[in-house]
Order: sequence, then C-alpha cells, then structure tokens
Amino acid sequence: MKTTTTLLATTAMTLAGTSAFADAHMADSMTIVSWGGAYSASQQGAYHDPYMANTGITIINDESSSEAVAKLRAMNEAGNVTWDLVDVEAADAIRLCDEGLALEIDHDEMLAAGADGSTASDDFGDSIISDCFIPQIVFSTTVGYRTDMVGDTPPTEICAIFDTDTYPGKRALAKKPLANVEWALLCDGVAKADIYEVLATEEGQAQAFAKLDTIKDDVIWWSAGAETPQLLADGEVVMGSTFNGRLFSAIAEQDQPIGMLWDAQMLDYDGWIVPAGLSDDRLARVMDYLTFATDTQRLADQAKYISYGPARASSAPLVGDHGELGIPMAEHMPTDPANSKNVFVTQYEFWADYRDDLDAKFQAWLAQ
Amino acid sequence: MATVYNGEVPTPSLMGFTIPLTAALGGFFGLIAGQSTGLGGLLGIASGAVAGAVIAYVLISFLSYKIGRLATIIVVGLIGVSLGGPLGLVVGLSAGAILGWCAYWLHLGRYRASLPPYATSGQVLWHNTFKFICGCIFFFLIAPIITIIPLSFNAQDFFTFTPEMLALDPAGYSLKHYQDFFTNDDWLRPMKNSLIIAPFATIISVSLGTLAAIGLSQSHVPFRRAIMAILISPMIVPLIISATGMFFFYSQMGLWMEEYLNLSKSLTGYIKVILAHAALGIPFVIITVTATLVGFDNSLTRAAANMGATPTVTFFKVQMPLILPGVISGALFAFITSFDEVVVVLFVGAAAQKTLPWQMFTGLREQISPTILAVATILVIVSIGLLATVELLRRRSERLRGLSPN
Repeated sequence: MKTTTTLLATTAMTLAGTSAFADAHMADSMTIVSWGGAYSASQQGAYHDPYMANTGITIINDESSSEAVAKLRAMNEAGNVTWDLVDVEAADAIRLCDEGLALEIDHDEMLAAGADGSTASDDFGDSIISDCFIPQIVFSTTVGYRTDMVGDTPPTEICAIFDTDTYPGKRALAKKPLANVEWALLCDGVAKADIYEVLATEEGQAQAFAKLDTIKDDVIWWSAGAETPQLLADGEVVMGSTFNGRLFSAIAEQDQPIGMLWDAQMLDYDGWIVPAGLSDDRLARVMDYLTFATDTQRLADQAKYISYGPARASSAPLVGDHGELGIPMAEHMPTDPANSKNVFVTQYEFWADYRDDLDAKFQAWLAQ
Repeated sequence: MATVYNGEVPTPSLMGFTIPLTAALGGFFGLIAGQSTGLGGLLGIASGAVAGAVIAYVLISFLSYKIGRLATIIVVGLIGVSLGGPLGLVVGLSAGAILGWCAYWLHLGRYRASLPPYATSGQVLWHNTFKFICGCIFFFLIAPIITIIPLSFNAQDFFTFTPEMLALDPAGYSLKHYQDFFTNDDWLRPMKNSLIIAPFATIISVSLGTLAAIGLSQSHVPFRRAIMAILISPMIVPLIISATGMFFFYSQMGLWMEEYLNLSKSLTGYIKVILAHAALGIPFVIITVTATLVGFDNSLTRAAANMGATPTVTFFKVQMPLILPGVISGALFAFITSFDEVVVVLFVGAAAQKTLPWQMFTGLREQISPTILAVATILVIVSIGLLATVELLRRRSERLRGLSPN
C-alpha cells in the first residue's frame, strides 16, 4: 500500500494538478462526503467537475458530513467503509485521527507543492492541525443582523449581542458552547489574551454562563447553519451567529436586508480526511484526486463559488471574482486583512481538553 | 322553542336572533381586520358588528337570496380592498361570502334543517357546535399541509411569506423551485431512486405479507399469535433500533453478495435498501389482508377443491379476487412506507441510493431551500391522485360485482 501511494504521489507531483491519467490500478468511481448545499456546489465546481472531465471517473456526493464521525465508526465496526473521502471540521478530524479511523498523511510527499515553490506543509502552515487532516478552507462563525431592525446605529462590535437595550429583539446563537462562551467572557470585560486561561477555571466558566444568562430569554438556539439566515430573513431575530459563507449568500446572492460583523469572528478550518482501511485501488484514486483538488489553483477556484478562504497561503493572491455576481471575492474572505483585525482562532487543544465538560455544563445550563 | 310540526321550519325572530348572531360574526371578522390593518381591535369589533347587523337586516328585509349573497360579497370585498389592497380583496370577498351565507342560513332556519323538528334549542345548539368543532379539527389537521403550497411558489430562497407575496404581487411568486426540482440532478437522482426502490419493496412486501396472512388465518397453524407478533414487530420496534440492526446485518450481507455473487456495488446497495424497506412494509400488508380474510368464507375454497381446482388455482381464481381490496390497501401502505422512509435508508443505503426523503432531510438541514416545498407539494398532489384513483377503482369493481350497498 505504502509503495503504491508513494509511487502515485510521485507521478502526481510531476503532473502537479494539471491532469491525471486513467490508471488500471485506480478505482473508476469515488464517493465523496461533504456538507451539501452551497458548500458542496462550490466543491463540485472547483474540484469535482474538472477532475471528472480530466479522468472520466464518476464522483458520487454524499451529504453526510454532519454525522461523519458516528457513521465512520459504524462503518468501521461493520467492516464496510463505503466512503472514499470525507469533508470534516478540524475538531472532528482530530477525533477521527485519534481513533484510528482516518489515514495519516505525509503532506509534503502526497500533496502538490505551492505555486510559489513552498512545500505543502509550509504553504498550509498552521492549518495542518492533525496528521490526518488535509486543510481546504478557513471559515468563521460570526454575527449577522437585520439592517432594518437596528435603527440608525447598526452594531459594529460583537458585544451588541449582549446589548438588549440598544438592540431589543431575539438573537440566534449556536446550541453549543464554542464561540458563545468566548464572546460572553470578552463582553464581560475579560482581556482577549486571558480568555482561555479564565475559561479553564470553574469560576471562569461560571462567569461565562452568568453573562449568557443575561440574554438567555432572548435567544433562539440553532443547531444547523441554515437556521440563522432563515430566522433573519423572517425578521424573527434581530441578529444571530452563523458561518460567514451563509451570511454572504443571504446578503449578496439573496439580497436580504442583512448586514454582518467581522469583529471577534471565530476562525476554524475545514478539510479532508481519508478513511482508514481503503483498498489499494480506491486509495490510489483518492490520493490522485487529493493532489489535484488541494493544489494552489483549485483552492483559489473554490472561492469563486463561496466566501470561504483558501487554506493555502499561496492561493490567496489568486482569489478572483464571484462566478455569477462578478464581485471581487477577496474582501469577503474571513482572512482578508480588513476583516481579520480582531479574530479568535479556535483553540483545538483547549477544546480537546474541555469540550466534553463544557458541553455537559452548557446543556445543563440550557435546561435550567 | 315549542312548535307544532307542520312540515315547515319556523322563521326565527329577526331582531332577537338573526341580526345579533350575524353581528357577532361580523364583529369577529372586524377584529381580524382591525388587528391586521393596525386600526385597533376594539374599533374593528364595533364596526364589524354594525356592518354585520346592517347586512343581515338589508338582506332579509329587501333582497332575494341570490342578489343578496352577491351584493354582500361585492360590498365586503370593496371594504377589504380599501383596507388592505389585493390581499384585503381576497379576505373581504371570502368574509362577504361567509356573512351573506350566515345571514340566510340563520334566517331560513337551515341551521336546524338536518335535525328532527322536535329537537330542543339545546340540541340544535349542540348539533351546530359539534359541527363547528369537527371543522376546527379538520382545519388543525390540514392547515400545516396547506401552508406549504403557497410557500412553494416563493420567489425567494427562504421559507418566508414575503411582503410581496402578502400583497399578491406577481413579482413575489415564481415557479423557480419547481424548475429547480425538474432540472437539478440533486433532486432528479433521488426521485429516480425512490421510484426504483419503492415499487420493488412493495412487490416483495405484498407477496410475502399476503402469503403470511393467509397462512396465519388457518386455524391449524401452531403458535399463530407468536408468529404474528414477530412479523408485526418492525412496525412496533422504534425505527431507529431496527435501522441500527439492519445496518450491521445488511453490511455483512452486502459484502457477501459483492464477494461471492460478484454483484456490483451499486446493485447490492439497491438490493439492501429494497429488502430493508420490504421488511418494514410487510406488517402493513399482513394487517390489512388479515382484516379482509376475517370476512372470507372458507367453504368457498373447499367448494373449489371439490370441483377439482388445485390450491394454486383456488388461490388466484377464488380467494385473491375477494381479498383484493385488502391486498391493494396493504400495497399502498407498503409503497408509502418505503417512499416516505428516511431513517433506515440513511443507515442501510449508500449515497448512490439516496432517496427523495433523504434528499429532503439533508436539504432541510443544510440549506433551507423552498425546493423542498415544491417537492412536498408535488408529492401531496400525487398522493391525493393515487388514493382517489384506488378508491374509484375499488368502487367500480364493487359496482361491477354487485357488492355495493347502493
């Protein structure tokens, strides 16, 4: 297996994302798991369609990323892994890697080098948060608001969420502690640099929940990213958190009276993992696809369809215009310098240690 | 109301009965109008009540039935336009129709037409209250389904009645979600899968379920009740539990089929889902067929045997035609079970077998797209058509066989 991949990676390196040839040792179809909706459509346009045109294989989309961890566990137990490549959030990649359900990747050996000549691992930089993770995009959780419901003073900073006097009305927040507790502490006067230190203590957690308590009656809790844009479009909430791509779509593509904040956005990575235990021909196909789909140009192409930033540093200068609207996309990227003046980068180590505990406390607090 | 029966329903008092009740109904409409136009509820009730009283008085004293109804609809419709534009017109027209109908309904004594003349006022009141409650229950059942139909013509990509839609502005409506459904491969492929899986699952369910029901209706079969309970269990066990079990069972079976029977991955995928759905459909067939078998006269099979028919011929020529209504309704249930099913297919199926409900489910979670509503509307219409056809066919065959009570 190892030799096949190495051999293949070398061949693919020479072809560096231009085309891959039909090889008898590669499977002629693959099932790719992703999130569905506009996100899958962006991958279809930027990666799947060109790859299928180059190689003539079939790519089947499975929109099961939200239950990827559970399903991969079950498939592994049943000894029947039907997925070839899975799109997951960074935190899930870490879990799958720890459980041995995802294949470890040698990024420099298996992926294309950057267009600027840098090695893959340098090009991806900090976004390689796990040995199994092949980063794709940077996205952020941020806040959108109804422009016609905030009066003459639209919110400019994150603490507007907690300011029910100036911005009365319901807010939509994620039904999980991530982002909510950080914002609560920040708006309760904790210095940004100290937030995770404070959050590691019992008192700090109590402080965060006490701050959230002040708006608990005004919050609608969401569990799917599509809910906040729907609630904003309905005018049911005055503001709400969601992923920046959802807000871009509602504002620019759907033309809704919605504005958005970049202040204190919570940056996170999304990318691929390869399930462990694939047969040789399927693995060879996946690695060939990955070399193509994660090169500099392909990552930059994805931004034509959706406002998520490419994970490679070398892709940023290549980000062009929106495919249909023709507006420049660079300024809608969470990583754009104008947007990233004040950002949180998700602390994976902190969340790996405290996630279960904080999740339990958060659910208990919700039920009170 | 003590009256002597003379074949006529007595005309109720205009001042003491018809006018106050019509005024009350008018007040109710006025309340709705006042609240929705921002004029205030109290003002709405007062003016609505006055309008109701005037309408009742004018209609009954001066106008004939047809002209009266028409005049009310037009007048109240005009009031609606002046208050609320095009939407107000629709509401006004319907309110006018109801008010005019109500005034005559009360005045002509139709409210007690279906009751025997000796019914007391209390009984008449209860009879009409009961009808009203039935209407409310009907509304409660049907309103959520009706709501999706106008929303599916939304010009926007949200589940929202936009201001343009409420103003009945054509720009607020569009067929784009229907177009999306009929042109987008993300929807057409699941549709095709559903149309492959559901009929095959139905055929298997019906064959096995009918055989089981006939066997279980024989008195000499040992442990009938226990066997019946086991066969019906997929209907009683929570679906998520069945689905988990099926996942592991069919994973192994799929691997075996791929390895030893050399079937393609996609074909095994379909076989797995079809078998799983057939298992879910069988209980419905057993129950409906067992129910029709209760009325089946076993001496007919003995008579057939007496005349030399083999059991197979007896089954197809004698028994099957008589229990056909049960088999058909069982088949319908089995079809709908498979066509509607989302839990088991999520576990057992792979992406290549994605069915329509699965696609609707992911669509709802990942992007709230009104294409789901367009699909739902189409499915509702298809279901109504399907059920109506089956019912018509059933009546026709009953008429032909002289079984109809009429």
